[in-house]
Amino acid sequence: MGLTTSEGPSASVSDAPAQAITRPTGKLLTFDAVPLPDKPLIIIERSHSWNAINLQELWAYRELLYFLTLRDIKVRYKQTLLGAAWAIIQPLLTMLIFTLFFGRLAGLENRTGGIPYPIFSFVGLLPWTFFANAVTSSSNSLVNSVHLVTKIYFPRMIIPAAAVAAGLVDFALGFIILAILMAYYGVAITSSLFWLPLVIGLLVILALGIGMFLAALQVKFRDIRHALPFVVQIWMFTSPVIFPTSLIPDKWRWLLALNPMSGIIEGFRAILLGRVIDWNLLGVSAAISLVLLISSGYAFRRMERSFADVI
Amino acid sequence: MKAVIRAENVSKKYRIGSRRASYPTLRDALTEKLRAPFRARRNGSQATNRATVWALSDVNFEIHPTEVVGIVGRNGAGKSTLLKILSRITEPTSGRVELYAKTGSLLEVGTGFHPELSGRENIFLNGAILGMKRTDIARKFDEIVAFSEIERFIDTPVKFYSSGMYVRLAFAVAAHLEPEILIIDEVLSVGDMAFQQKCLQKVRQMREQTKAIILVSHNMISVRAICSRVMLLSEGKLAADGSPDAVVPHYEKLMHEQGLEAQERDERAEGMGQIQIRSLKLIDGQGNEKQAFEIGEKVKVVVEYDAVEPVKDVIAYAAIRRPDDFICVASSTKLERVALPPLKGRGVIEIEIPELMVIPGHYVMDVIFYDHNFEYRAYFLGRKRLGFEVSSQLPSLDAMYGVVYQKQKWTFLGNEKILSDEMKANK
Repeated sequence: MGLTTSEGPSASVSDAPAQAITRPTGKLLTFDAVPLPDKPLIIIERSHSWNAINLQELWAYRELLYFLTLRDIKVRYKQTLLGAAWAIIQPLLTMLIFTLFFGRLAGLENRTGGIPYPIFSFVGLLPWTFFANAVTSSSNSLVNSVHLVTKIYFPRMIIPAAAVAAGLVDFALGFIILAILMAYYGVAITSSLFWLPLVIGLLVILALGIGMFLAALQVKFRDIRHALPFVVQIWMFTSPVIFPTSLIPDKWRWLLALNPMSGIIEGFRAILLGRVIDWNLLGVSAAISLVLLISSGYAFRRMERSFADVI
Repeated sequence: MKAVIRAENVSKKYRIGSRRASYPTLRDALTEKLRAPFRARRNGSQATNRATVWALSDVNFEIHPTEVVGIVGRNGAGKSTLLKILSRITEPTSGRVELYAKTGSLLEVGTGFHPELSGRENIFLNGAILGMKRTDIARKFDEIVAFSEIERFIDTPVKFYSSGMYVRLAFAVAAHLEPEILIIDEVLSVGDMAFQQKCLQKVRQMREQTKAIILVSHNMISVRAICSRVMLLSEGKLAADGSPDAVVPHYEKLMHEQGLEAQERDERAEGMGQIQIRSLKLIDGQGNEKQAFEIGEKVKVVVEYDAVEPVKDVIAYAAIRRPDDFICVASSTKLERVALPPLKGRGVIEIEIPELMVIPGHYVMDVIFYDHNFEYRAYFLGRKRLGFEVSSQLPSLDAMYGVVYQKQKWTFLGNEKILSDEMKANK
């Protein structure tokens, strides 16, 4: 803190330079009069146990999260011809292909409970595309930020978190297409839309929980980069993106529930298309997502201390 | 007095090769785990005794308010590791550091700059990465832009900047960081001379706004100019700690020895070998061979060579170099217009320096034979170097007075005389 800033939170410290008396020579007389805290502000030593997530520190660095997210958003479509249109083209084309192959040819369009297949698959693709992109980009984020990790201190969690947050813009753009589709097919929104923020929140929690853990793991094991695209693809086919959960026999439903994306995607569908929300399924997904986020947070903190040495 | 930084027994161990070497893959980790019990049985405890290196071992120090501390040492002495621990990028293996004020560190200017973003966007991004608040950056924005001297290009993506512009902008952001303890790594050596001067000025200014500054530098001139205290690291240990006047000579001696060691090793590799310098001697005015001189002494450099193959068009060159390889004084047969005949077999060349006027310190006498037609360093015909020391009776004669001392005549003309001269001039 210098002379000009006096709004710092630790007033006893940040006021200090103002009291310094300077000689005409420009040499500092003394800081003896300046109160230094009795206890150190920061102790740097080897951390032994599992560290709790320091929410206070994360809050202090919230502006960095903002700027890193802004950077990712701004940079994403730089030097592209179509720019942000890509955020719309990708899910739209995927939806068309799915409608043709799975809806028409595989005959899934008759199993959606009366929902037009394009809308059915698009409502599933919307959260799925966000999830897949967020997990992939956040899992690569730490390794792609070597220059930050080895040169400056800040809570490392901000890096994968910013990667997830940046995906929200594309996600929001997708809703515009959805609105057009719904208008075209005459699907009305209902009061259950009220629950939308809850499901989006769960989606972000799940993406962050998985992305953060993989990001930390990738610092040491670059295998993740190669395995992930494959895993994400398999994961999509085991989630109810292209098929409704009603297609799964009752005795195997529990297996589907273990995949937290099931409850979230089904939740999206129910909320946006005004169907009955399966609270049991959503509840299980929510519990799994929260447990994943918390445990991945602890694991991240544990691996974090060797990032700069290993990356 | 209270300390702003207290380091107690700080040590840092690295496994050799684990830094930026090959990345372990999952497969390696798994096979390692599977094999571990078997290998342990076979080799006893050897497995745990893998090659490790202590980048820092038991470093203790306290830094007090108002101090500007320079950390010096050879490459690999642990300077960067220490800075990384102080700036919380990496943890010590053992020991602890207590910080009593907020720190801001600059291990590299332009950390996090994104080439696709404009100068304006990068100022905010880089500022946030360095820990500045958005409102602070906005408030100082104009000042930062003015300092960087790139007003016209502020909305151009930085990938179109010249490297000079890039560095200027990066330093400008960093210079407006206002931490209580500032940690800097070699960032002063950026940009052209004029900009470096500006940076130095800025650091001096920052000195008055911070509680303490810690900086790593290889440039002893700036260390002497800025620092109030110097810590010398050698092989991970604190080898010396004190005033610049006390510690810098230690460092220079160390660098000098390192330089000599390196020369011993690659003596043969240098030059094409047509001429071998058999011996290089420094002789004083009394005819004694020595390697320590007083400033102003007469020195004769005697070069005994052996032209293994007959060579013509040879130029002999002799330079006095500082430990950092800077050439302080040099001369050659070409410069002095001495035509060397074709050289064949053994011979002797003498160079007389009437007065050795380099300022006190450690130096290297560097003698090179090269072909008139190939004035490139790679085409030496032969080369030899010899270290020597210069001291002075005048204790104040140091780097402040430049590289070479030249006697000057100073006269005090008195206040009145100047006044009357000025008045005359005005009339």
